[in-house]
Amino acid sequence: MGGETLLGTIGIFVSTPDSNSPQIRQQGSAMPFGNTHNKAKMNYDSDQEYPDLSKHNNHMAKILTPAMYERLRSKETPSGFTLDDIIQTGIDNPGHPFIMTVGCVAGDEETYEVFKELLDPVIEDRHGGYKPSDKHKTDIDPANLKGGDDLDPDYVLSSRVRTGRSVRGFCLPPHCSRGERRAVEKLSIEALASLTGDLNGKYYALKNMTDAEQQQLIDDHFLFDKPVSPLLLASGMGRDWPDARGIWHNDNKTFLVWVNEEDHLRVISMQKGGNMKEVFNRFCTGLTKIETLFKERNHAFMWNEHLGYVLTCPSNLGTGLRAGVHVKLPNMSKNAKFEDVLKKLRLQKRGTGGVDTAAVGGVFDISNADRLGFSEVELVQMVVDGVKLLVDMEKKLEKGQSIDDIMPAQK
Amino acid sequence: MANSFTRLISGRNAAVVLASLGAGTMATGFLLSENVSLAAEARTKLYPPSSDFPDLRKHSNCMAAALTPAIYAKLRDKLTPNNWTLDQSIQTGVDNPGHPFIKTVGCVAGDEESYEVFAELLDPIIKDRHNGYDPKTMKHPTDLDASKITNGVFDENYVLSSRVRTGRSIRGLSLPPACSRAERREVERVVVTALAGLKGDLAGRYYSLGDMTDKEQQQLIDDHFLFDKPVSPLLTCAFMARDWPDARGIWHNNEKTFLIWVNEEDHTRVISMEKGGNMKRVFERFCSGLKKVEHLIQERGWEFMWNERLGYILTCPSNLGTGLRAGVHVRLPKLSKDPRFSKMLDNLRLQKRGTGGVDTAATGDTFDISNNDRLGKSEVELVQMLVDGVNHLIECEKKLERGQDIKVPAPITQFRK
Repeated sequence: MGGETLLGTIGIFVSTPDSNSPQIRQQGSAMPFGNTHNKAKMNYDSDQEYPDLSKHNNHMAKILTPAMYERLRSKETPSGFTLDDIIQTGIDNPGHPFIMTVGCVAGDEETYEVFKELLDPVIEDRHGGYKPSDKHKTDIDPANLKGGDDLDPDYVLSSRVRTGRSVRGFCLPPHCSRGERRAVEKLSIEALASLTGDLNGKYYALKNMTDAEQQQLIDDHFLFDKPVSPLLLASGMGRDWPDARGIWHNDNKTFLVWVNEEDHLRVISMQKGGNMKEVFNRFCTGLTKIETLFKERNHAFMWNEHLGYVLTCPSNLGTGLRAGVHVKLPNMSKNAKFEDVLKKLRLQKRGTGGVDTAAVGGVFDISNADRLGFSEVELVQMVVDGVKLLVDMEKKLEKGQSIDDIMPAQK
Repeated sequence: MANSFTRLISGRNAAVVLASLGAGTMATGFLLSENVSLAAEARTKLYPPSSDFPDLRKHSNCMAAALTPAIYAKLRDKLTPNNWTLDQSIQTGVDNPGHPFIKTVGCVAGDEESYEVFAELLDPIIKDRHNGYDPKTMKHPTDLDASKITNGVFDENYVLSSRVRTGRSIRGLSLPPACSRAERREVERVVVTALAGLKGDLAGRYYSLGDMTDKEQQQLIDDHFLFDKPVSPLLTCAFMARDWPDARGIWHNNEKTFLIWVNEEDHTRVISMEKGGNMKRVFERFCSGLKKVEHLIQERGWEFMWNERLGYILTCPSNLGTGLRAGVHVRLPKLSKDPRFSKMLDNLRLQKRGTGGVDTAATGDTFDISNNDRLGKSEVELVQMLVDGVNHLIECEKKLERGQDIKVPAPITQFRK
């Protein structure tokens, strides 16, 4: 067991009973492909391995040149995540001429460091010019939100805030082994089980739920299903479904946590009506409590001062926060200035089924467009102020009045 | 080298990781020391094979039936020379629990060596799937001498078309679940170069999936030649659709009777087909074409994956041996309604499918009838069984037309000892 040789090979020798040549088990994880597979690829030139991105339209494809591929392809994170692992989803999903997808994912916290050369420009492109030297502000003190408790419930049907959290020390959904995913679930169950009062609740493991429980969760619009989107499946996130996946919610059904779907945790606070302040209060209180409970068990959330909260998809870095409402805007949505107003308010519209759905009956899902570079409080403030203005505009248009005098400035 | 190790295991990252794992200061001290084997061992202790063993309680596939925690523990940390792992082999079986009536295989090979390195799991699966064929003790016969086939021309009042397909893998390159883009492109290059050397009735042309024109695409669809990106989760969960459509394509001869798919579910799928009932000629072209292609790749220093235990090596264990499916589209309006039909097929070692192929329903009274077996019998034996079986079915159909009774044939024995 010569020290020199072992240091040289970074691994242990596992000798197999029936063969003379030892097979090296690398220290990193092998899922789905990882560094073990990567070593074999180094036998081919970079040009031979470089993907054909000629028909592609996503952030990764715009940024990954052959020269960059050559520089990064021999690297790996400490857990064994490689460049090809990051970009597989972007290769397999060329994208759409109108919708710019990200085209890459992280397998662990260190991905964003080791592969900075690719991910910094992707982040800059996706997050409105956010520079590698920029610092992200975190602020989940709900007292800092002004107003937000008086959105007109005749127009604002429901309010919701969601984000994600990753548990430091474990690989992310594209890369984690079954053992790691189960460890994340176990920790989450323990932590969530300690919540009390308004946040007292129950965990439903996806693989164990009864038909009755499943139906209830569907009726409550809480149940998430195995991803069908090729964007997610191509990154390896659907592996081993439904092992170690589940949903936790409080008894009042206003605070909900998804475990091991697209991120380690997705945290959602929601209720009917327009009291975004209450929704955000519960969101912040709940998140802070959960973070404390995890820390008591020696686990922090992945966070740093440049990228804020670290999540699987670069589009969710920073706050990972989407605060939104379902709001009736039948007149406003037909107005020629609708898109422009949304842009100025830094808001986006979706259908009431969520991303990539159409609006039904003039009801839109309106939420913040940004994730990184603004704090949680700032983003929710934008939604609160913006939705208030949109409702005022809707009311004016109803009365046949013009909205020109209340057009907002660019935020 | 020492530097790269310390970069990996020392520093803030490691300290954070270790703190997260709840390791105490003593253990942390050990793990931060420059002792590689202890660090890797520590990780193995943190995630022992038992923590990674898949939950297969609701599963009904060959892999789930064969994979015990003991086998998993033994094989989890092994690598093939191409760095393919057990977890990668079984991912498709973990992700696709299966159906009580249809037993899928539930694992794939990433390379030729998978069948050796993971033999402890794959041998019982092969035995299960191939009717007791034991790779440890038995040898698989290969025979591509089409002249041996007798009675191989069917009555065309009943048989509408005849087809034989198989697959071939290029030795030295990883299989579709595992291959890198460069390897896949190399497979394409080797195969397309060889096919360009075919002449006479086998002369043809290659259409790369990524480069074909709309017109070419439509023609291939009309000819029923075009294959598309796999949608079946059995295949996508086995990583076979990566980088689509890079290095995938279709080659066919000018007469449209000999067709090769490149880099779909296997390195190559080889198909010989014709309208009508001349199965003998279809098989002759099949054998002749295969031999010519093999010769052409050998001229350039390549060969097919083959060994005497398992015959031709393909991605799915279900296609080992001959990888051969010989079949016809045949009209059997009366026989198919007879309650003894299924039993007859079983005894003749035949299976029925709809005319759309696997998992489709029959339209009208026309069925796709083909051989069940792949491994343990040679190509000639399997095609002869298909020929004899289909002739028998047609005889039965004719008898029923004449109002005569039919008998269920005795079952064919599985393996010669």
